[in-house]
Amino acid sequence: MSKSTESLSTPMARVRGLGAAKSGTGHFWLTRLTAVANVPLTIAFVVIVLMLAKADYAAAMKIVGHPVAGILLLLFVGSATVHMRLGMQVIIEDYVHSEGTKIVLLMLNTFFAVFVGLASAYAILKVGFGG
Amino acid sequence: MARTGPAERPLSPHLQIYKPSITMVMSILHRITGAALFVGTLLLVIFLVALASGKTSFGTVQAIYGSFLGKLVLFGYTWALFQHMCGGIRHFIWDTGAGLERETRLKLGWATLIGSLVLTALAWIVYFLG
Repeated sequence: MSKSTESLSTPMARVRGLGAAKSGTGHFWLTRLTAVANVPLTIAFVVIVLMLAKADYAAAMKIVGHPVAGILLLLFVGSATVHMRLGMQVIIEDYVHSEGTKIVLLMLNTFFAVFVGLASAYAILKVGFGG
Repeated sequence: MARTGPAERPLSPHLQIYKPSITMVMSILHRITGAALFVGTLLLVIFLVALASGKTSFGTVQAIYGSFLGKLVLFGYTWALFQHMCGGIRHFIWDTGAGLERETRLKLGWATLIGSLVLTALAWIVYFLG
């Protein structure tokens, strides 16, 4: 505690952000927020997939091209990719202890989530706006 | 005193030391299905990009997904999706501070598993009948 006289910052301020996650409740909250959204969106997703299961090309274009299906798919992809990025981040932080490997994997995790999200969104919008 | 690496501290006991309980198994499955779903999103991307690319690529993907092996993977994906969803609902209940008593905890674990199996069966019954 002797060092506290050398700095104006409190002991709490000096340790804040120094845990494995480097941050506070933002991660926890965003995980819950997207999890709540994922419940109805997952059910909608499964219903859309079941409609697509036996569809030929023309039928599939019509189903995904419908605004309601397209919007629900976009919401699902958006919420799911944010959620899965957060989840995989925790898995990496739990099991990868080498700092360098950890940082590389965390970057790849984000790249993968952004790729999945944007590639899906591009495809859904392209189909929706007329193939 | 100048140590570079982390201190050699004893590690707490991990999975293998405990007798498996439904709570523990559901917790492990939650993480495994989460990781599987992470990879599984590629199935969705491939399907959507193929559809957006045209009739030929869509036909190829639809044939692969409709094959026996494709259906098997999609069946696993369906269960992982519902298992993770039911596991998530269990966590929502715990987040409120409820359901942590022994009896309730065990019931929630079984409800998670039964719920995911029922929903998976339901989806595939709809598929085969539809």
